[in-house]
This record gives sequence, structure tokens and C-alpha cells, in this order.
Amino acid sequence: MIRNAIIIDAGDNIATVLRDVAAGEEVVAGLGDEAVVLVAAEPIPFGHKVAVRAIAKDEEILKYAAVIGAATRDIARGMHVHVQNVVSLRGRGDLEPREK
Amino acid sequence: MSFLGYRRANGQVGTRNYVGILATVACANEVALGIANQVRGTMAFTHQQGCCQTPPDLQRVTRTLAGLGCNPNLAAVILVSLGCEGTDVAAVAEAIKATGKPVAVLPIQESGGLANTLAKGTLLAQKLVMDASHISREPCDDSDLVVGLKCGSSDTTSGLAPNPALGLAVERLTAIGGTAVMGEVTEFIGAEHILAAQAKDEATGRRILDLVERMENRAKAVGVDMRGGQPTPGNIKGGLTTIEEKSLGAIAKAGRAIVQDVYEYGERPRVKGLVVMDSPGREPELLTGMAAAGCNVIVFTTGRGAPQGFPFVPVLKVTGNRNTWETLVDHMDLSVHEVIDGSESMPAAAARLYDAILGVAGGVTTKAEVSGYFKAMDIYVTGPVI
Repeated sequence: MIRNAIIIDAGDNIATVLRDVAAGEEVVAGLGDEAVVLVAAEPIPFGHKVAVRAIAKDEEILKYAAVIGAATRDIARGMHVHVQNVVSLRGRGDLEPREK
Repeated sequence: MSFLGYRRANGQVGTRNYVGILATVACANEVALGIANQVRGTMAFTHQQGCCQTPPDLQRVTRTLAGLGCNPNLAAVILVSLGCEGTDVAAVAEAIKATGKPVAVLPIQESGGLANTLAKGTLLAQKLVMDASHISREPCDDSDLVVGLKCGSSDTTSGLAPNPALGLAVERLTAIGGTAVMGEVTEFIGAEHILAAQAKDEATGRRILDLVERMENRAKAVGVDMRGGQPTPGNIKGGLTTIEEKSLGAIAKAGRAIVQDVYEYGERPRVKGLVVMDSPGREPELLTGMAAAGCNVIVFTTGRGAPQGFPFVPVLKVTGNRNTWETLVDHMDLSVHEVIDGSESMPAAAARLYDAILGVAGGVTTKAEVSGYFKAMDIYVTGPVI
């Protein structure tokens, strides 16, 4: 099987796709010598992220074994993980108490 | 011996041998450009700062201009001043003079305006370039390299191939006594714990965390989510969702080298090895800061294809995005995209990158140099224009 995605750390809940993947297409995500196989639920553009397992609303998104943000809604396995369903947890001036 | 460079009076090594024409204030840009346009072998540095700013910014402008003038890639310097600016021109000249290289100040108001200053500056620049042409390259070592690290117009390929390859090259360079300067503190946000853990001791790690906190607070003070500013729309199109994700890819440029010290923007490192310098991610200010810190080569990794170079420091462009490599042929110097499809190993890509650094240090021309794509430059400021 030819890998078309990569999982950087075993604990990550997303894979990065290495070419454009169409909805319904198989994603073969390499993880070291192993691979995780799933089906893309929607189109995933080159370099973007796909959920390799179900992610609940408010759950942390993990890449490089580190937190890159949090889910704003439930994300099913195979869905595109990006700005439409993930928020940053840093540099959030909008969440700061306003100065008097 | 690893490359041929220009050894200066103070022992620092240049990879280029230009005469710098530095505007000390935005109002002197026209004259600096005019002189540089007339005399081959010169490079102009222009910017939008130097007057009607708060004292911390004026001090940063003064320190940065001094650092630029001291950069070993300049054999001599002409400072073009208006005469009434906030920049401490005498301090800039004094710092440059201390390196042992020729430096002259041309104040436009005292010299009789544009035409007179241009005439005077042109004749002086011609002499300085001819004098500099007598300096020859001589054998230098990897330990004479001060390499600036930059990533720009990043996408998710940046964190997968070019940044880790650069990280391996940085580990090799710093292990044999070279220096690497890591900036872009905004792009530590979310990854600062990893970089702080690489610091030589807890106090140094704390200073990295403090820099990040200061930068994040500046962004938060505006009262909005900084997404759209960082990561940029291009980063987002390339698949980077949050600043945390961008940062985790960006810090791979440092590899696992030990962070030896932490500096303010434009300060020259006083130690060898990997150091961190306060700076934003944006190209014009970041590249200027690296040049002011004394970098003699800058390695710039990119995903979507950032074209910017710097007037007198070669900027080597490295991508891991096959499409960028194939389409932006007049901007990319090196590609490591085969690491992503598995046809090249990361160590092999890092070795090619290291060789390319030595090549550029020895005089190999970069795409940004040959195309003259280096005119967007500025000095980082944090306060208002007043």
C-alpha cells in the first residue's frame, strides 16, 4: 500500500495528507513502519489534516505529541481537521478580560 | 578549512564584501539609494524608522543600525543621516569604527541637500569599494559561520522536511563551534516548553519563556484572536490550523541543539552555539534583525515560497514542497521534498543543506541575490509612531 499521509507521533489524533485526497478515498497514514488505514469522509487538500480517530468537542488536537488546539465540535474519523472545527488556545486576546 | 571568507580586523568573517550605505532615518532613504545606485559594490539599507518614536524604539533602531554596520559582510560603511533624527548617529558610527572598518557620516542638511550629498557620497563610495576590492577571501572554518534561521510562507511540509533537515544541520554546525541564531519568537508560541527544555540551564529556559510571554501579551493586548495574523492566511491555506501547530513545525529548525543564550533584537551573540534572539516572524524585520546580529548567512525554509532576501547577507531558500520547487524556479535554491515521499533520508537532505550553506558562505550566489529580491526591509518597533 502506498502511503498518502503521515502520523508524526503514535499519540497524535490526526494525520497530515501528502497529496490531495478525495472524499471516499482510502487514507494510508504511515506511522514509523506501521500504517493506519481509514477512509476520507470529505476532500482533504495536500498538507491538511485528517482525523485518525473520533475527536469529541473541546478535546485537544494532538500533532508532534503536542497540543495544537481544541475541537469546536465533534469530529468523526476521516474528517478534515482545520480552522472550521479547531480553535487555537494561544494568542487569544478575544478571551482576555477587558481592561477598565 | 571549510570555506573561503573575508576575515575582518576584529576577527569576524564576512561571506560577502560590500560597502554598506545605511540610512540612519527614513528621511535619508532617497540619498542612500541614490549613492548605492551610482556605485557598483555597494548595498543600501533603507527603512521607515529613526524619528518621532518612543525612546525604547529609538534605542532599538540605534542598536540595530550599529549591528548592521558591524556585520562582517560589509568592508566599509557610509551612514546617510538627515541631521535632525532621533537615531543616535554618533553612537552608531562609534560602534562601527570599533570593528576597525572605515565608516563615514554624511548629514544631508549640513552637506547642502540631495545633489551635494549624492556627489560627496558617490565619490566616497567609489573609493571605499576600490579599497575593499583589495581584500581577498582566505580559508575559514565552520566555527566562523553565524547562521540565521528563518522559516516563512510555511505550510505543513515545512515542519516535515526542511525545518527538521535544517535542525540536523544546526546540530552539526553548533557541535563544531559555529553559531546559529533562532528568532521568530511569535512562532515559539505553543512550542516554547520544548525549546526551553533545550536551554543550557533553567535560567536560560526561563528567559525563553519570558520572551514568548512578552510577545504573546503584545498580540493579546489588541483584544482579538490573532489567527489570520498568525498563522497567516497563506499558512492556513497550506494546512496550518493554529499558531501552536505552526510553532511546533518552526522550532524544528533548532534541532536538538542546546540553547546557549538569549538576546534582544539585533544584538550580536557573545557566545557560540545556538542562541535565541527576540524578533517577530515577519520577513523585513526578522531578516534585518539577523543581519544586525552579525549573521553572515541566513537559511530560510519555506513551504509556499517566500522570495525575500537581504541586501548584504545571502539568504538560502530551502523548500520541502515539490510544487513550490517546480514552479518558483527563480526563488528556491534547494529542495528536500524527497524526504517527504521517502526517497531521500533526512540525514542525507541535511548533509546537502549543510554543503549548500558552506557553498553560499564561499561565494555561491543565491536566487535572492541574483534577482535582487531584497528591497523589503525594516527595523522592528513595538511602540507607536508619535
